[in-house]
Amino acid sequence: MKSFTKLTSKIIPLPNTDVDTDQIIPARYLKVIDKSGLAEGLFDSWRRLEDGSPNPDFPLNQDEYQGAQVLLAGDNFGCGSSREHAPWALMGWGINVVISTSFADIFRGNALKNGLLPIVVSEEIQTSLFDLSEEAPTATVDINLETQTLTLPDGTQVSFEIDTFSKTCMLEGIDQLGYLLKHDEQIAAFEEARA
Amino acid sequence: MTQPKTLFEKIWESHLVAESDDAPSILYIDLHLVHEVTSPQAFSGLREKGLKVRRPERTIGTMDHSIPTLSLDLETADAMAIQQLEQFEKNCDQFGVQFYGMDSPNRGIVHVIGPEQGFTQPGQTIVCGDSHTSTHGAFGALAFGIGTSEVEHVLASQSLLQNRPKTCLVKFEGKLQPGVTAKDMILALNAKIGIGGGTGYVFEYAGEAIRALNMEERMTLCNMSIEAGARAGMVAPDDVTFDYLKGRPYAPQGEAWDAAVTKWRKLPSDKGAEYDKTINVDVENLEPMVTFGTNPGMGIQVSEAVPSPNNERDAAKQSALQKALDYMDLVPASNLKGHTVNVVFIGSCTNSRMSDLRAAASILKGRKVAEGMRLLVVPGSENIRKEAEAEGIDKIVRDAGGEWRFAGCSMCIAMNGDNLEPGQYAVSTSNRNFEGRQGKGGRTFLASPLTAAASAITGKVTDPRELM
Repeated sequence: MKSFTKLTSKIIPLPNTDVDTDQIIPARYLKVIDKSGLAEGLFDSWRRLEDGSPNPDFPLNQDEYQGAQVLLAGDNFGCGSSREHAPWALMGWGINVVISTSFADIFRGNALKNGLLPIVVSEEIQTSLFDLSEEAPTATVDINLETQTLTLPDGTQVSFEIDTFSKTCMLEGIDQLGYLLKHDEQIAAFEEARA
Repeated sequence: MTQPKTLFEKIWESHLVAESDDAPSILYIDLHLVHEVTSPQAFSGLREKGLKVRRPERTIGTMDHSIPTLSLDLETADAMAIQQLEQFEKNCDQFGVQFYGMDSPNRGIVHVIGPEQGFTQPGQTIVCGDSHTSTHGAFGALAFGIGTSEVEHVLASQSLLQNRPKTCLVKFEGKLQPGVTAKDMILALNAKIGIGGGTGYVFEYAGEAIRALNMEERMTLCNMSIEAGARAGMVAPDDVTFDYLKGRPYAPQGEAWDAAVTKWRKLPSDKGAEYDKTINVDVENLEPMVTFGTNPGMGIQVSEAVPSPNNERDAAKQSALQKALDYMDLVPASNLKGHTVNVVFIGSCTNSRMSDLRAAASILKGRKVAEGMRLLVVPGSENIRKEAEAEGIDKIVRDAGGEWRFAGCSMCIAMNGDNLEPGQYAVSTSNRNFEGRQGKGGRTFLASPLTAAASAITGKVTDPRELM
């Protein structure tokens, strides 16, 4: 997995609440057998008009947000289907952090296993970030995983939670499967005890 | 005396391989169900790392999401689907995974065939790269959906890294009125607590109304636990569970069966066991439910009016409701009952079992669908298709003007060419009404098989009790 330490980036606002993984990447894009090309389908139905041309009102299509690595979303981001294609598509487009007031369980787990950092903030911080991203789209925030801080343009520091295990894996870019495989003997002993 | 435990705690604790202060617990997985869409990258991961499937005998593969339902011939699928399906067959073959391909008489939707074949059993841990794995909780198993990285973890280690979820007791009290079903119960719960209302929790469903449900109905209920954000939903096993399982191909047989039942009887939550949260739902006066919006928590009773964003005080909720009504092209405070319907879909891992098809047939029998209506009935497994055909249900569907298909996910996820056209309205027995879920620009009203069949006849959202 890709490691994550820190970044400085503009913020793309997506004020919708309960953004489901069918919106992040529609099922018609799930016939792939690898992880490539999924960015093409990211938010497909919101990003494109009926004739397939880019929707000028959707933030991902707007000039000021190009190159941004942080997506700011409404409550309960990533609900619905378990498809890991959702974090793959977000990362394929260039998103490395999603900020929201809450995340659906499966999406959150999938994101952490791919080096996509989900950051939970209070409603108050979320509102001020939405205001910032609209009033000053080129303003940047600093995100530091080591210190677990999000720094706003005015210098305000906001701390965020992440479990120690996921943090270590992300900082070092370690695949969690390695940890499981190190417990091979214990798994074998467990199987034997139940047989 | 030992501390009283919940059903969840008993299963969780008996599957712990290792616990640590600075890492999630390692949980052993009894049954791993695999399908074509969420597994290819996991098998590739094994190949890249030179790993094997640790317990092929605990791993079951079936094709359901992108397969055609018009024909059993894979060649009728589109080129990308064919590539994915062929790769899946190759993966199962190379790694020694039991495979239910298109030519298998026991093939079907993954969450339908697991219980049907008796793989799903009380007390197990069950996972699948599919959020509706919660279905299997109906048997008193801990069953939940996982991502593709985790599919690889389970293939390689038969284990998962898991943080212990919280528990929530959901008590359904009262007795359902005729025409009101398990689907209406779960849509009512989802409407009550919203799409994020169960995040972080495992639900245990209990109460008088739960005990009265048969296994197929319990599966419908547990299936949509994820639509409230819950990781899993469970029902304590009882004689209804054991009667359903007895004699199924992969259920224990003979003396092993008796020993298993003795063990399973100890699973229900102990008296005095504590939950992190409790939710009560009274179903005595519940009406058939229909969703009006773009997530499964946006549901109302069939006689109620669509809510009005003006009555919503929270700005984010107001905006979400307005967006949903705009997408659905519905007028605030209007009646949903009587709204035009173009397509009716009866199927999916939520409602494609024998009792669902019988319920639909009871309404369709001797009637014709409304002019211009497209009715699609898709059984959950090939065994169900054959049983339904033996009962003449296929003929009832066709005589009514409907399409009768081979088993698969079909229009629930619209990956196989069975989809809504932009702007169409469907009443669907599936589990998700997200924007475009059943086809780009399509609009979905979720409901029970009875409501769906009644709406197919009238061409409008209909209270099924008027046709019963």
